[in-house]
Amino acid sequence: MRRILFGAVVVGLLAGCAGKDVKEEGAPVEDRKPDTVTAPPAKPPAKPAPPVVKQVESKPIAANPLTDPGNVLSKRSVFFDYDSTAVKDEFKPLVTAHAKYLTDNRGRRVVVQGNTDERGSREYNLALGQRRAESVKKMMMLLGATDSQIETVSFGEEKPRSAGSDESAWAQNRRADIVYDGE
Amino acid sequence: MTSLRYYSMPNMVPLRALNEATDRVRSLRMYVRILLWLLTVVLAASVSVTARAALTIDIVGGGEKQIPVAIAPLTGEARLPYKISEIVAADLQRAGLFRMIDPGGITPMPTEPSEVRYGDWSSRGAEALVIGSITPTADGRFEVRFRLLDVQKQSQLAGFSYTIASAQTRNAAHRIADVIYEKLLGVPGAFATRIVYVVKQGSRYELQIADADGFGGQTVLASDEPIISPTWAPDGNRLAYVSFEGKKPIVYVQNLSTGQRRVLANFRGSNSSPAWAPDGRRLAVVLTRDGNSQIYAISAEGGSVSRLSNSNSIDTEPNFSPDGQSLLFTSDRGGSPQIYRMSASGGAAERVTFDGTYNVSPRYSPDGKSFVFVQRSGGRFNLMLQEFGTRQVIPLTDGVVDESPSFAPNGRMILYGSKQGARGILAAVSNDGRIKQRLTIQSGDVREPAWGPLLKGF
Repeated sequence: MRRILFGAVVVGLLAGCAGKDVKEEGAPVEDRKPDTVTAPPAKPPAKPAPPVVKQVESKPIAANPLTDPGNVLSKRSVFFDYDSTAVKDEFKPLVTAHAKYLTDNRGRRVVVQGNTDERGSREYNLALGQRRAESVKKMMMLLGATDSQIETVSFGEEKPRSAGSDESAWAQNRRADIVYDGE
Repeated sequence: MTSLRYYSMPNMVPLRALNEATDRVRSLRMYVRILLWLLTVVLAASVSVTARAALTIDIVGGGEKQIPVAIAPLTGEARLPYKISEIVAADLQRAGLFRMIDPGGITPMPTEPSEVRYGDWSSRGAEALVIGSITPTADGRFEVRFRLLDVQKQSQLAGFSYTIASAQTRNAAHRIADVIYEKLLGVPGAFATRIVYVVKQGSRYELQIADADGFGGQTVLASDEPIISPTWAPDGNRLAYVSFEGKKPIVYVQNLSTGQRRVLANFRGSNSSPAWAPDGRRLAVVLTRDGNSQIYAISAEGGSVSRLSNSNSIDTEPNFSPDGQSLLFTSDRGGSPQIYRMSASGGAAERVTFDGTYNVSPRYSPDGKSFVFVQRSGGRFNLMLQEFGTRQVIPLTDGVVDESPSFAPNGRMILYGSKQGARGILAAVSNDGRIKQRLTIQSGDVREPAWGPLLKGF
């Protein structure tokens, strides 16, 4: 038993060390087979990665809900009608999901980036984009997210997703994007 | 540095003719003459605007009444990297108010008034003549002498001497053009000025400054993120602008002589639309730190801000009146974006535009009597000029997308961003809409121009 415990601690340490290399979070350590763990080397564990990677990959990893294509949280763009800053019904489930995620994860923060199409004054469009971002933020706050979790900024017409000058391009560019901290 | 020496009075006459009586008569004649010129120009302007509205005759590239001017090659000007007479002629030509008379074939080319055979010039139709010379000085610089002569009166209207380094040739030429413009039209020229603009090439953004004739462009900031709203401090040595390099709009101030820059406003949310107060010590900026886009005052050194506008709407694009007492700005508090005016210390605002549903980007004229703005009408964006007194609105441009207007410091021309196909270009229009120029600066997408103040010193 004492040996098992010791082995688990070592594996935990190794997994922690290797975490950055394998880009996985929360490596499970609780049910590891102690037999596969070699005794700690005399020198610090400089190259312990390969055996640990094997261990981690043998377990199912919970997908990041923010990037899982099957999760609504992976959808980040709210599109707007011309000259409008109102969140349309079709985007309310998306905003609601992010609001819930922020409510459940008080440590997470987002920036909502407002955008406009190219028509009109650049500075006025910057303000319009800001209002679109604010509109998303207000809805999130009504649903439980806090002010300190959400910063709103605007790119106005300056960073179009679509470079064209027709309605389909403009529709792509009238948009607010939700970007999480660290992304 | 260089020296600027006052060479003679505008109506300097030969010593032998100088006595009080004749001098006074000559002065009077000259002023009457200038007044007549002015009257003609003003009349031509108003007549033309009316005629254009009725007949839709579009006069592009020049005024109807143009003063015929001959610029003689300055003796010895080949010593300098650029021919001053050619730069002066190009400046005056561009202004649209002068007609250049070819000096070719006159020998010898006069350098001093005593050498001028006025008949040579009056027979070619010239009303004014510019002569002069370039002489090397002992310290390796050059003395540039020039005189502006009234061909019919056979008298001198102006005469100056500048001692310059060869690198200052173009600047000296622009100053000469400014003197000629002022003597013949009665308003200061704006040739010895600089402009700033943004060039977008692919995904690269460059903030560039150039002489007002587009020459000598240099990049003062390059970025992979957008740059917008550059604006000159009144000293002509600092720029404020908005850069997105920090993943959000942040206002910077950059010193052009030192190259140093610092953050002016980086508050939570967006920071944009800087406008200098005429004293150069503070700016108005637009912040969203309290929610919606509102106008705040901030010291040119940065630091704390005080809120100037107070609405639940968008308030943006502030612009100080020349006396620093008022601000024009864009607000949609009435349901659509319109131009409003309020005290520069904040408080209540009054709406000043009423026609149309999209009026934005106001800029005071340098005399404070009118303002230019952008109006959307039928999907087109055009510059309009409105007088405060009469509320009369004059359409200035007829492009598809004309935006970002900026007055020349003499108020006579307005520089703006326009489109040629999908490509951004710079253009300028006179404040009566008659004279139109296109500034061909370089390839790429050119936008967001701002005309700087008159340069002080070389």
